[in-house]
Amino acid sequence: MDFATLIQILDSSLRLATPLLLACLAGLFSERSGIFDIGLEAKMLISAFFSAAFAYTTGSVWLGLLAGILASMVFAGIHGLASITFRGNQLISGVALNFLASGMTVLIAQDWFQQGGRTPSLIGRARFEGIELPFAIGPSDAEAAGRPLSELLAEAGPLQLFYSELVSGHSVLVYVALLAVPASWWVLFRTRFGLRLRAVGENPAAVDTAGISVIGLRYSAMVIVGLLCGLAGAYLATGLQAGFVKDMTAGRGYIALAALIFAKWRPWHALGACLLFGLLQALALRTDVVEALFRFKLPVQFLDSLPYILTVVILAGFVGKAIPPRAGGEPYVKER
Amino acid sequence: MKDLAEAAGQSSGAPPAIELRGISKAFGPVQANKDISLSVARGAIHGIIGENGAGKSTLMSILFGFYKADKGEILINGAQTEIPDSQAAIAAGIGMVFQHFKLVENFTVLENVVLGAEEGALLRTTMSKARAHLTKIAEDYEMNVDPDAKIEEIGVGQQQRVEILKSLYRNAEILILDEPTGVLTPAEADHLFRILRGLRDEGKTIILITHKLREIMEVTDTVSVMRRGEMTATVRTAETSPEALAELMVGRKVLLRVDKKPATPGATVLKVDNLRVVDDDKVERLKGVSFEVRAGEILGIAGVAGNGQSELLEVLGGMMAGTGLVEINGQSIDLTGKRSNGRSRRKRGIAHVPEDRQREGLIMDFTAWENMVFGYQWDPGHNNGWLMDNAGIRAETAGKMERFDVRPPDPHLAAKNFSGGNQQKIVLAREIERNPDLLLVGQPTRGVDIGAIEFIHQRIVDLRDAGKAILLVSVELDEIMGLSDRIAVMFDGRIMGERLPGETSEGELGLLMAGVTNAQEAG
Repeated sequence: MDFATLIQILDSSLRLATPLLLACLAGLFSERSGIFDIGLEAKMLISAFFSAAFAYTTGSVWLGLLAGILASMVFAGIHGLASITFRGNQLISGVALNFLASGMTVLIAQDWFQQGGRTPSLIGRARFEGIELPFAIGPSDAEAAGRPLSELLAEAGPLQLFYSELVSGHSVLVYVALLAVPASWWVLFRTRFGLRLRAVGENPAAVDTAGISVIGLRYSAMVIVGLLCGLAGAYLATGLQAGFVKDMTAGRGYIALAALIFAKWRPWHALGACLLFGLLQALALRTDVVEALFRFKLPVQFLDSLPYILTVVILAGFVGKAIPPRAGGEPYVKER
Repeated sequence: MKDLAEAAGQSSGAPPAIELRGISKAFGPVQANKDISLSVARGAIHGIIGENGAGKSTLMSILFGFYKADKGEILINGAQTEIPDSQAAIAAGIGMVFQHFKLVENFTVLENVVLGAEEGALLRTTMSKARAHLTKIAEDYEMNVDPDAKIEEIGVGQQQRVEILKSLYRNAEILILDEPTGVLTPAEADHLFRILRGLRDEGKTIILITHKLREIMEVTDTVSVMRRGEMTATVRTAETSPEALAELMVGRKVLLRVDKKPATPGATVLKVDNLRVVDDDKVERLKGVSFEVRAGEILGIAGVAGNGQSELLEVLGGMMAGTGLVEINGQSIDLTGKRSNGRSRRKRGIAHVPEDRQREGLIMDFTAWENMVFGYQWDPGHNNGWLMDNAGIRAETAGKMERFDVRPPDPHLAAKNFSGGNQQKIVLAREIERNPDLLLVGQPTRGVDIGAIEFIHQRIVDLRDAGKAILLVSVELDEIMGLSDRIAVMFDGRIMGERLPGETSEGELGLLMAGVTNAQEAG
């Protein structure tokens, strides 16, 4: 495997890790506040659909993004209503929302676009394009030189290649996701809101007796979840791919939860876990590289299932003791 | 009531720190508080005593804004105050230390103290200011706690100090403590009382809710008694006695001392030699424990919680593996094998009343009659061939409930719907009525009303008088002193010494409980 291939794989890992990372951070805020959210998948999916649908109809990816985030927030609000206000079972609410999103998106897509439950392909401004950072070799250079981009890159030195392929050229949401990691860390560990949020997931009674609203804190967590999942879903449909297809989240919501456990509910570790999962997904797309590495042919199905296998291994507790927030999953009832 | 506030040592005409007028609160058909009036002078320690369910906690929850009273008014320092939520209570200068601490376990002491009282949206400035402030309060009141220690790493005594510090950090002038000594050792309780006296001398007002008469007598200036939602009396502590208070609490004369004849020990029933236990975390919990219990005697194991008593009960009860020799009626017991479990122990005549009745003694969602056969469900008497004889079990349960005075005597009621004392009576009825040779009993009266305590103690003594051996583990020194025929003190997985209750004192036992051995020569 040469350096260029490595860079290509890492580049693809980063793109594939982005939706995982956003969803994982969403789960982090939710679970840190004491609300288990198995419905990350639902929120990503609903956002993917609405962002693609609105981006297509309006021709603006930004309006699409807004629609996706709003849809995701509505779903987060429903989950909040069920699990915070009505103290329902959080797992059941999450599973119900997953089914709802899976069915609803296809149904509406068919009704609006008549293309077999998908949105039409997005082009131009209806999609997030890669951002060319200064001094990076990108499509504009290729156009100026009148040669294919791959040729230009093949001539570039390792440092330029690294910069142009891996650092530059991603859509804005990739950078947003990466910035969300330090931002989440800062909010959780350096602000009053973060202190209270972490406290409410550990012992809501302590927060309540300190005169702070448990319900208010948990709903604000839901808003953050809605925002982050909305970004994740929009990235899937308008950044990573060009349009919505049925069940396009493909279990990413669950993988994000596994990454969250792997990361033991910490933002920086979440970045690491999501990059690892992203790498596995990227490798599954490059069977040729895997074959060269291991010197025998691994079935592509096996590679495809690797992230899920790792998820099972992690969930079975092979990565050491992961202690979830203590009040997770339990509705808060004021005691006497 | 006014006269009393003056009597409590307030010479000036200052208004009382707290005055409640005609507070009533009902939960559905249950009247938790009925027309309660109370006046507590500033700079006094006021006790509120009453049985479980007497309405003490409800009253304090109203004062702390958890509940809104149906009727009545609250005056703080003479000014009428509405307390709709805890925020308002804190603003009115009221701090509350709950029985179950409201601390975030994996936060530091400092983080717990500032939670909800942060100064700005960012933590940095808040934290450094809070650290200085906290250190000062801690020094002023002799409450040394490492501000950077995590709550889960410090002992319960220290955790309680954090709770008090939390209130003081919020400038509380009135401090309410709900059953504060339930989790403390005698020494820690003494330290707490010193802190409370210090706070009082600084002019703070303290309300102490408890069901322990000894504490009321020791630390309070005035005391109110509650019974069935009503305030039955308010008196100066110096002018009353434990007996009088107990009678006011229960509504009848109560025997505070256990009435028992001298023991007549027979043959050795339980022999334990060099018993060792290593727990799941590879920590040695029992480090070679040896003792004997004879028929017709009660051996009491005293000690601060967490010194191996729980493990001792669990090994003997078959819930944990151990090494060493344990003999019952001269025959050794398998401590490690697959068949070393509760069922095999019961077959050998060992009955076990576990320390934590809600987790190990009962299934809270199951009915009384179902709970009454747990551990004995294989007994041929309960089965008709393949099926359980449910009707028979129910009938039997009704009889046992009557004999053990379980209220209400309804076999169909779920265990969680009984009060703590009645839950304990169900467990005791199940174990004692099997007529075991050896009864293991842990914390028999934890969280149990004074009236029920008397009954439970009497049943344990009756079993002894019937010639059975009893191993009693309790963190209540009073209970150990009153009930035991011999006392063994445990510290750090070892038995520090044995004493006879008539020939020792709480002071000497307290030293042994703290691991001070030279008391052995002195005693």
